[in-house]
Formats: sequence, C-alpha cells, structure tokens
Amino acid sequence: MSQYRVLPGPEHFLPPAAASMGVYLPNPGEAHINGVIAPEEKAYEEAARQFLMAKVPTIFPGPLVLWAWNEKAAKKATAIRHLYNTLKECVQPGQKPMLIPMPDYRPKYPKINPEVEINPNHPNLTIWHNKIDCCMFVGVHCHQANLSLKIIRGGTSCYTIAMCAQAGHEDAMLSFRDASVEKIMKLADWVKKLKGTVQPRLATAKNGASS
Amino acid sequence: MSKERIKISEDLYDIMPSDYQDLVKSATYGKEDRGWKDIGNSKELIEQHSLCAGCPESMAFRYILASLPNPEDTVMVGSTGCTSLVFPMVAVHNIHSLFGNQNAIASGLKRALSVRFPDRVKDVVVLAGDGATVDIGLDMTLQAWFRQEKFTTICFDNELYANTGGQESGLMQKGFVAKMAPVGKLFDKVRLPEIARESGCHYVVNCTVSKPSLVEKVIRNAVHIAREIGPTYLQLYTPCILEIGKNSMEGLQEMRDSEKPTERFAYKEYISEPAKQLLAEMAAKDKERKAAAKQLAGQA
Ligand SMILES: Cc1ncc(C[n+]2csc(CCOP(=O)(O)OP(=O)(O)O)c2C)c(N)n1
Ligand code: SF4
Ligand SMILES: [Mg+2]
Repeated sequence: MSQYRVLPGPEHFLPPAAASMGVYLPNPGEAHINGVIAPEEKAYEEAARQFLMAKVPTIFPGPLVLWAWNEKAAKKATAIRHLYNTLKECVQPGQKPMLIPMPDYRPKYPKINPEVEINPNHPNLTIWHNKIDCCMFVGVHCHQANLSLKIIRGGTSCYTIAMCAQAGHEDAMLSFRDASVEKIMKLADWVKKLKGTVQPRLATAKNGASS
Repeated sequence: MSKERIKISEDLYDIMPSDYQDLVKSATYGKEDRGWKDIGNSKELIEQHSLCAGCPESMAFRYILASLPNPEDTVMVGSTGCTSLVFPMVAVHNIHSLFGNQNAIASGLKRALSVRFPDRVKDVVVLAGDGATVDIGLDMTLQAWFRQEKFTTICFDNELYANTGGQESGLMQKGFVAKMAPVGKLFDKVRLPEIARESGCHYVVNCTVSKPSLVEKVIRNAVHIAREIGPTYLQLYTPCILEIGKNSMEGLQEMRDSEKPTERFAYKEYISEPAKQLLAEMAAKDKERKAAAKQLAGQA
C-alpha cells in the first residue's frame, strides 16, 4: 500500500495527484480517509467530526446539484440544504457554517466574488477569504473537483471532503462514493448524533485556513 | 429549444450569485425572435469583459450573443487572443482551443453533437482573431471549408496580433507599421472572403460591427445556412484601438470610416444558390409568422 497520505496542506505549489502516489479509490460500500480505504460508516463519523471541529465548515454544491437538470438533482439540492441547516443547528457559538455555490467552471477572470461563489480554477481565493477550514464538495464533475481539491491541498490548510456521485476522489482528505440523497441525509444524521461531543478548534485559532 | 431546461434547484436558489438568477429570470434563451433590440431590456449573455475600454470587440460580442438564434444549444469555439479573455464571461457553452486549431476542434465537435443529439439542433460557431484564422490556423480554417463542415467561422479582424502586442498578420494592410512589426507589411491584405467563397463557403460577409442590426442579420443568416447547408464565414472589422492609436470613444468612427464604399470593409457578401433558396424560404416563413401575429393582435 502507498505510504502517501492525503493530508491538509499547504503541501506545496503543485501537490502530486494522489493517484500518482499510489492512492486508489474505494470499492462500493467503502470510502477513503487520508488516502486509506475505510468502511463507509467510519467515514460518516469522521466527516461529521471534521465539520463540527471546524471554525467555518462549508458545503460547496456544484453545477450537478445547483441546476435542476432532473428530479434527482433537485432532491439532492434539498438534502444539501438539510445538511447545511443541520450544521447550523449543531455547531457552537463562534462556529460559522457556510453554503457557497460553484455555479459553473468558467475560469472567471478578471475576478470572482469570493464571498458568494467558488471557482474550481482558483478555489483558494474563496477559502482564504472566508477562512474556511473544512469543506465538502458535492455535485462537482470529477475532473474539476480533482483540479480544485489539489489546488486547495497545495495552497491552504483546509480539510477537504468529497461527496462524490461516481467512484470517489483520491485528492480529497475524505471521500465517499456513489453519493445519493440517502447518503447526504445520513451524514446529516451523523452530525446530529455527534452534536456536543466534539471540541471545536476555536481556541487553537491558528489551525484554520492559511495562505 | 426553451428556457425550461435552464432552472436552478429551488432549495439552493437563494445562494446562487445574482448574475445566474438574472440569466434564468430574464435572459432571452428560447426566444424565437431574439436580437440586438433585447440589449437593455433583458439579461445579456455576456457578464463583463476584460478587453480595453472601448474595444470594438466588446460591441461585437454583445451584438453576436444577442443575435445567436439558438444560444442554449450553441457551442462556441474560441482561440487564443483578445477574444479568449471574454469567453469566461459568456453564458453560452464554449471551448478554448489551442491557438489556430479552432476549425479542427469545431469540425469534430459538430459531428459528435450530431451523433449524440440526432433530434436536437446544435449549432457550432467559431470565433477567433485574424492571427488564429488566417495565419497559424489557416490550414484548419481551409480544410474545414473544403470538407463542407456545417458550422460558422467568425473572424474578428483587427488586422494584427493584438493580444501579444502588435505583430504582423496576414490580414494587416500593406505598408502598415505596428509596434512589433517596424518594417511595415510588405504584401497585401490576404483576401480571405474571396478564398472562403472559392473554398466552398455558402455565405460570406465582410463588414464592420458599426451597425447592430446588420450584425444581427448576418449572424442569423450565417448560423442558419451553416446548420442546413454548409460552412459560412464572417469577417468582422473590430479595430484594435490600442494598436492604431485611437481613444476609447473612437472605435465606432474608425469602423464607419473603414466601411465607406471605396474602403476595405465596404459591405461585401456572397451567397451560394442553395443558401439563397434557404434565405428566401426563411423570409417567407417570417412573413407568414408576422402576418399571423398581426391577425391575432387584431382579433384581440
Ligand atoms: C500555439 C500558440 N502559438 C502562439 C501563441 C501566442 N499568441 C497568443 S495570442 C496571439 C495572437 C493573437 O492574434 P489574433 O488571433 O489576431 O487575436 P487578437 O489578439 O488580435 O484578437 C499569439 C500569437 C499561443 N498562445 N499559442
Ligand atoms: S489590445 Fe486591441 S483588440 Fe485587444 S482588447 Fe485592447 S483594443 Fe481590443
Ligand atoms: Mg488580431
């Protein structure tokens, strides 16, 4: 098994693709944590823990769920809203959950507004601006998610989670695969379950996103 | 073709940036008679641009995007140059190709789209600078026309390589001296409209973008003819005010001066016989539609 671990950065300007370091994707029913295959149940717990530990736990919904392509997409959007509302209910004073869209993948120049959106070609801007220290990608096409996750690992210390509808993302620190409405709801249940049991990172302020 | 397909998920609507909400609410996707007159009354398909202030390319972009007959099912193919800085702000699917390859990319794309969506009209429109179209990409430009590929090629002719600081291009005028071409052009402006006609284009227009109504007409014609018959080519003068030493507000006058009957951008048009027939059929249908609408209005 690869010795390489997918950990919060800043790793360096061009972090290697985790796949090139021997990290492989989970099989159905599994997930990965830091590049090591893990049972899915353990990943729910760890993802919920990371969310509840973060100062600014953030969900980044992508085009596959922001746009109502079909009924399934709209239902996922509802589940994501539920997860966000659950986070808001479960965090402690001083923690600030956010829900920031990635509406499309255009390399928007000359600028984006990092307060209201994230762009896969410079996701670090949104992370730095909002001091996001834990984020989850959901509804982002694989190649754009991988690009983005690598940039985040390269330039920030943000913990990344991927709720991937395909085979998972080795470039995230934690990745689910075969994302569905049920899986998003289950993650929300885990957040509820762990409410009050996780110490937020507030005291150790330096641990947040860095530039 | 309709706006029905462009919807934001209800539960995430409020977090979408306002430009996307506006696109869904008031852009003219799906509007049959969309055109330049919608500018100012609806959300434009261009958000902002990073061109020089007053650059006529920005006018051209706005008129073209307002006039595409089928924007939600159109893919534009761009190339490196000043135009490529605008595409990220455009709400029409687009692909950035390697400099000069745009007509090769568009050929494959158009064919793939016809296989993938046999029952849906999909338009492909290339938009590139003169350097990309006539110099480095000339092979790809011509080969696509020889093969009768069914898409439109638009060349923003600013008569030099603007984005890299003013090098000589095939479409530059003879004798012109640019910042990075100090000797002066030694040969004539390449006659690409004539070459396009001889290479098999069914609709060729050479003009400026000083009149939005004219841009609307030629864009609609070019896209419809490409969809039904074969390749079409538009060469639009979008002067680089920066390189020819004009101020921001002088681009329009420069175009007006260059379109006078004796000048190089005097309106020039070629239409093949099958394309003429198609345009006549379209005009007849349009007339019928307008008469029916008038009758309906009279009854109401
Ligand atoms: C393969 C390749 N060759 C050269 C370049 C450098 N290059 C970038 S823009 C440009 C000129 C563009 O000129 P034109 O097509 O006329 O567009 P304009 O900027 O004038 O609108 C060149 C040569 C490149 N990006 N790629
Ligand atoms: S350099 Fe010339 S063509 Fe390019 S944006 Fe500026 S004025 Fe327009
Ligand atoms: Mg040019």
